[in-house]
Amino acid sequence: MTAYPRWKTAIVAVVMLIGILLALPNLFGEQSALQLAKDQSAVSPADRAAVEKLLADKGVPLAGSFLEQGRLTLRFADRETQLKARDAISAAMPNAYTIALSTASRVPEWMRKLGLTPVKLGLDLRGGVYLVYQVDIQAAVKQQLDRYEQDFRASLRNAHVPYEDVKVDYANNRVRVIFRDAASFAKGRDAIQSDDRNLNFADTTVGGSPALQLTLTPQEIKQRQDYAVQQNIVILRNRLNSPELAVSEPQVARQGADQIAIQLPGLQNSAEVKKILGKTATLEFRMVDETDNPYDAARTGQVPIGAKLYYTREKQPVLLKRDIVVTGDQLTDASFQPNTQDGPAVSVSLDSRGAEKMLRNTEENIGHMMAVVFIDHSSEKNAAGVQVEHTKEEVINEATIRGVFSNNFQITGINPIEGRELALLLRAGGLAAPLSEIEERAIGPSLGQDNINKGIHAMVFGTLAAFIFMAVYYKWFGVIADVVLGANVILLTALLSLVGAALTLPGIAAVVLTVGMAVDANILIYERIREELRLGVSPRAAIAAGFDRAFSAIADSNVTALIAGLVLWLFGAGAVRGFAVVLVLGIATSMFTSLMGSRALVQLVFGGKRKIERLPI
Amino acid sequence: MEFFHKTTRFPFMHTRKVWYGLSAVVILGSLVLVGLRGLNLGIDFTGGVVIETRFPDAPNIDRLRAALAQAKIEGAQVQAFGSSRDILVRLPPDPNVKGDVIGARIVELFRPIDAGVKLQSTEDVGAQVGQELFVKGAWALTATLVLILVYVLIRFTPKLALGAIFAVLHDPIAVVGFFALTRMTFDLTAISAILAVIGYSLNDTVIVFDRIRERARTARRIPVAQVIDESINQTLSRTIMTKLVTLLVVVALLIFGGQTLHSFSAALVIGIVAGTYSSIYISSAIALDLGLRSEDLLERKATKPEEVDGLP
Repeated sequence: MTAYPRWKTAIVAVVMLIGILLALPNLFGEQSALQLAKDQSAVSPADRAAVEKLLADKGVPLAGSFLEQGRLTLRFADRETQLKARDAISAAMPNAYTIALSTASRVPEWMRKLGLTPVKLGLDLRGGVYLVYQVDIQAAVKQQLDRYEQDFRASLRNAHVPYEDVKVDYANNRVRVIFRDAASFAKGRDAIQSDDRNLNFADTTVGGSPALQLTLTPQEIKQRQDYAVQQNIVILRNRLNSPELAVSEPQVARQGADQIAIQLPGLQNSAEVKKILGKTATLEFRMVDETDNPYDAARTGQVPIGAKLYYTREKQPVLLKRDIVVTGDQLTDASFQPNTQDGPAVSVSLDSRGAEKMLRNTEENIGHMMAVVFIDHSSEKNAAGVQVEHTKEEVINEATIRGVFSNNFQITGINPIEGRELALLLRAGGLAAPLSEIEERAIGPSLGQDNINKGIHAMVFGTLAAFIFMAVYYKWFGVIADVVLGANVILLTALLSLVGAALTLPGIAAVVLTVGMAVDANILIYERIREELRLGVSPRAAIAAGFDRAFSAIADSNVTALIAGLVLWLFGAGAVRGFAVVLVLGIATSMFTSLMGSRALVQLVFGGKRKIERLPI
Repeated sequence: MEFFHKTTRFPFMHTRKVWYGLSAVVILGSLVLVGLRGLNLGIDFTGGVVIETRFPDAPNIDRLRAALAQAKIEGAQVQAFGSSRDILVRLPPDPNVKGDVIGARIVELFRPIDAGVKLQSTEDVGAQVGQELFVKGAWALTATLVLILVYVLIRFTPKLALGAIFAVLHDPIAVVGFFALTRMTFDLTAISAILAVIGYSLNDTVIVFDRIRERARTARRIPVAQVIDESINQTLSRTIMTKLVTLLVVVALLIFGGQTLHSFSAALVIGIVAGTYSSIYISSAIALDLGLRSEDLLERKATKPEEVDGLP
């Protein structure tokens, strides 16, 4: 046999060592865990000590814990202890933490520090909820047109230019400003264009009157739609990651042009999360109209000019001024304060524009009353399947302005649950376009465990069958093939851990399939060696010929499987993609192990001997 | 151990009419079955709600059905799933019905029949999503076939490439026919299995072709039909052995993998059998009938394997 170069053997050895190290964390398994987060700050080592002491005092055995990214993870031997611990912590330290049920790997601290993690399990294996939302991208374009309409009206009002109307034509994606005569048209055009520099207007006439027309180009529409989807992804991610919502390791990803897929591993009841995800709650600050009687307005339906009728939580009418002081999108931060002297409160911070307006307003209005309006949009499908929008506007708080303030203040008058939710929604920002749920898959934890067991059974028995068959049919060469197959499984596990791709049940099937297919390469080589031996070639030459000649066949045949795997990867979602990922990675590892690993091993076993009488094949 | 101690000498090319006939029966049979009975499409493709529940003991399915009918839940299919304790309820798509809500409600309806019933999973797929997934699946199949055709055209002569594609088409049709025959649920995992089958079935064909090309270069005087026969026979041992091992593993999946992987594993078993058959009996025979000659194989020099590494 032509000597197999040392450096190739060395590469195989190095790759295998790295592979074993990367695959190692998978041996430790997972345990039930709690994930603790704090609303505003990160969990500190002192907090960790306090929680651990509490559990020790209550006699709840802790299996391990670690702090990562400001969250404290506590591991427990079983589910029962996990739930006991949760109750103990929430009873002893109410409102201090939000607690998510999850699972955590048992890997030792040093491995975690090296970044060595086990393969992530897909939702079908660990239980959880998979949601797909449809983004109403048409609505995003409509919003844009509406905004132009408002902007144009404001520009004309500020410049004191008379105009007939501003019309939005949704079907043709355009906005038209209609003027009475040529003089006001010219002035109005200057006013609008000086405010909106980058827009391309066209001059036209509507019913004989001069008009200014803005039409969105297909490109602008596409941009607007893309922006809406991207923005919604960011906002959903913010909402899911906020400590107020007890969700561990949420994943949010775009799917196709206008869909968003969300994975919530370990989540049992999706109702609360779904309520938050689709929400578009925000706040408005308005001055109270103190000169008119709100009860009269409510009774007669005659609302004074410049005012708007609202109701408080207690169903009391309130008249507020039409001009808004500050809106929710000028908020930069919000946090929930469970225990202030005025009860639960939300602390908010304003951006510079908002802060300036608030400063001016409070300076001018000391001793007058300001109100906070809570606005909650929701949309759902009615019986006919048509999207219906509901808007709830309530005054949650009216207070007399006692001092001047600008960018930091507190809002009271809310209950703790709302406060938490409001802080979360204000901080995460508003959705850029409405969402509707189109797909939901929820897998219970016991079914997940069931699937793991089935997957492992199938894997063990399938692999064992292949191993025994190879050893019996190809004798010592078969045993070598088995070692190589084992190495293949280790490398595949290592790659999956490294890439962080989630292993699903079809993914396990792909691992099993990979074992079956990796045998193929070995069989190709051995059958070739046997063929050469039958032709009377010497054992050494037969081995060399077997490996060399089988190479092109192995490469060729794997390319076709690779094509199928890649198409599947691109097209598939969820569990199917899990299958494709493992299939593609499996082809890569099996090529490496059978072509390089197997050769190195054969060299080690037979290469040292001077003369080989007969091959055990 | 060795099953094929001597190289076999089966006259594959001489008897090819018989194998064409068998293929025609399978393909026509599959198409007729799909046409007549249709496929039992899963909710991945139709949309709807599927709720999986587990009972401590096997329940009386008729009583469960009656409970649903009494609660005016219409169009519900109730069936055992895997074991008689696992009961699956399937509902047609309805924009007003949310999976988690109806799931909880159905478990409440089942509770009087057996208090130990547990909700295992709910799946809710919108009708529009179902259609999208179906279209996507069809595209994936087409894209795979086209890409593979391109690859085979680059690697082999056009006649061999056509033979390969005919042989490959054969396999998904047989799998779909099997699904129509057994009324097994045809879902996304079944499509993944078909794609995997296409990839692997071609693998056998490619290996036979590889050998034909190699033989044609060394034995120029021998007629093509004989070269093909010899090549198939020489690679027969390898073809059968690898497929045997793969089948062994897939059967383990079928037995132990549970209900979720059932249609997937079944599709693989049928696909692998069909794929092995078509690689041995059909692909080269078609190339021969398309007028494959020794010169076709000699004109193109075999591409060096190194170049293959650069391909997708």
